[in-house]
Amino acid sequence: MGNATPVPKLAVWKFASCDGCQLSLLDCEDELLQLADKIDIAYFMEASSRQLEGPYDLSLVEGSITTAEDEERIREVRAQSHTLITIGACATAGGIQALRNFSDVKDFTSIVYAHPEYIATLKTSTPISAHVPVDFELQGCPINKRQLLEVISAFLHRRPPQVPPHSVCIECKLKGNVCVMVAHGTPCMGPVTHAGCGALCPSYNRGCYACYGPKENPNTASLSHWWKEEMEVQPVTIVENLRNFNAAAPAFAEESRRHDKE
Amino acid sequence: MPLHRPLPKKAAAMTKSKIIKVDYLARVEGEGALYIRYDDGGVQDVQLKIFEPPRFFEAFLRGRDYLEAPDITARICGICPVAYQMSALHAMEDALGLVPTLELRALRRLIYCGEWIESHVLHIAMLHAPDFLGYPSAVAMAKDHPQIVQRGLQLKKAGNAIVRLLGGREIHPINVRVGGFYRVPRAGELRPLVDELQRARDMAVENARWAASLPFPKFERSTQNPYEFVALSHPDEYPMNEGRIASTRGLNISVADYDQHFTERHVEYTNALHSVLNQRGAYMVGPMARFNLNFDRLSPLVQQVAGEIGFPPFCANPFQSIVVRSLEVLYAFDEALRILENYRRPEEPYLQCQPREAAGYAATEAPRGLLYHRYSLDRDGKITDAKIVPPTSQNQKTIEEDLHSMIPQYLHLPEEKLRWQCEQAIRNYDPCISCSTHFLKLHLERGDRRLP
Repeated sequence: MGNATPVPKLAVWKFASCDGCQLSLLDCEDELLQLADKIDIAYFMEASSRQLEGPYDLSLVEGSITTAEDEERIREVRAQSHTLITIGACATAGGIQALRNFSDVKDFTSIVYAHPEYIATLKTSTPISAHVPVDFELQGCPINKRQLLEVISAFLHRRPPQVPPHSVCIECKLKGNVCVMVAHGTPCMGPVTHAGCGALCPSYNRGCYACYGPKENPNTASLSHWWKEEMEVQPVTIVENLRNFNAAAPAFAEESRRHDKE
Repeated sequence: MPLHRPLPKKAAAMTKSKIIKVDYLARVEGEGALYIRYDDGGVQDVQLKIFEPPRFFEAFLRGRDYLEAPDITARICGICPVAYQMSALHAMEDALGLVPTLELRALRRLIYCGEWIESHVLHIAMLHAPDFLGYPSAVAMAKDHPQIVQRGLQLKKAGNAIVRLLGGREIHPINVRVGGFYRVPRAGELRPLVDELQRARDMAVENARWAASLPFPKFERSTQNPYEFVALSHPDEYPMNEGRIASTRGLNISVADYDQHFTERHVEYTNALHSVLNQRGAYMVGPMARFNLNFDRLSPLVQQVAGEIGFPPFCANPFQSIVVRSLEVLYAFDEALRILENYRRPEEPYLQCQPREAAGYAATEAPRGLLYHRYSLDRDGKITDAKIVPPTSQNQKTIEEDLHSMIPQYLHLPEEKLRWQCEQAIRNYDPCISCSTHFLKLHLERGDRRLP
């Protein structure tokens, strides 16, 4: 190599998660080997047993923080990373496992495990940004691999990523979908949900269930009012839709608490 | 502080024994570690530790709507979400008395074929092949063996194309639901898949020939302690979504009787529960179990290719599981093409139903093996109880037993080689630790002397 420009080092980290967002990188079948020429995959346990020491130029972080050990580990990852980007709903909003934040985790442990005393876990599942500064958050459960490539490419070219923060509704309009809520009366989370999936659910005759989390400035109160008053949706269904894969995202958590009492 | 997770230090008390420790297993899905203690008298202790933090799915499913179970349980695993969706919706349909039409059933089999391909090829070409050829990763392997890695990527892409078309996306598909699908494709939408799958099927034949040519460590269990293979068995087809639970030692039960024959045990060193067969102990689920119990129901093409590569209908060497997986990939392409040729669009995308108070059971064949779900519902269709037994927690004990019996013959090897061998033996099972709960950095210890 000699005096060639050094290739940036990429690390992929996992916390509490399903592995799906890091799998998105391996699902880039047409781009993976090309990408590996531009960036040195220095630490990616799911794909390689070769591990290079830090510091790393770019860290992609999947998963939420649910153990005391992971609280420590994320700080070390941050210290070793020039740029840190979270990928997915777990790392960005706490994930489905943040449902514990609305209950008592001790009850949860005793439901699943015969010996709760063997299990060490925190009372809450929290996003990475609750522990360390994050440079960019890519939303989605799972993330969109095109958006992941855009984020990596933006990093390599030192420009901001083009990831629009508008709602799923805009994606439906761009696709020419018929609105499932207006035309079929199907409750849809699209108006408050971050774009990125390509309006998948409405394209399959289904209401959006908000797996990409809240859009920028979502009007959740208005949407739930509409569901309740115009569509006769039960409060329990409103809570279920606000409280799934991005349950702890503030805009969703606050609105769900309002309906929880009903 | 190291970035890798530390393990409890149990070695200090020992004097003459040696410890193999792998703090974080690589090329597996999820986070796991390995601890082995041995001395001149043999292997004393093997622990496969799963430190994937618990996420409590069975607990937070309580109170959720029955229609949500397929989408929520999919998030247990990003590698095999379709398996979770299939087991969940079949269990709900069992509870609600729904019997899907033949057309809907065929479409479900089609999307499952897609996931088997995508998950198996990920493991064959990207996670396991580097063990056989001596590379740390598929990306490193691609420099010397570009055709193997490229073929793997193309096969995986074809599997993903099936899941994406039927499910909306590869990971956590959105289109399957209790009773059927939200939307079923028109025949014209499926047609473009045919050409791609036909090309991929030819590549899958080459891939199976290549897999059979790999150098396999000789490893078989003793005749006193053979594996008990457990898989679904169906009279007319290679098992995916339906069948009875059968074993090579005579087990033949309905899925609803699963809990009477299998027990989950909570062991201190791991966050995954160990599953055992009552009165018998460890058993093996996955591709080898399916293959050994159902070889005659594979398609003629797969049986023919198995014959040509000299692969017998019964395989008891887990290091050869890569060949079995490759034959299952071929089968999945063949089966997907058969389904496409016979496709008739379902009249209704899904069957309607009313919730009722009931319990439902289902087991389907996830790429890694039997995946059991059980739910109880109240009269509003809200879940009151859920139980999920993933394949990796069922194989955990068998993996430990394999290491127990394998290590003595390799003790002469240098440390690095011994560790490699142990990791490869674990990867034979394609353990998905996110499901039950990633892999390896290994330390050997003798007495209190710690080697790098």
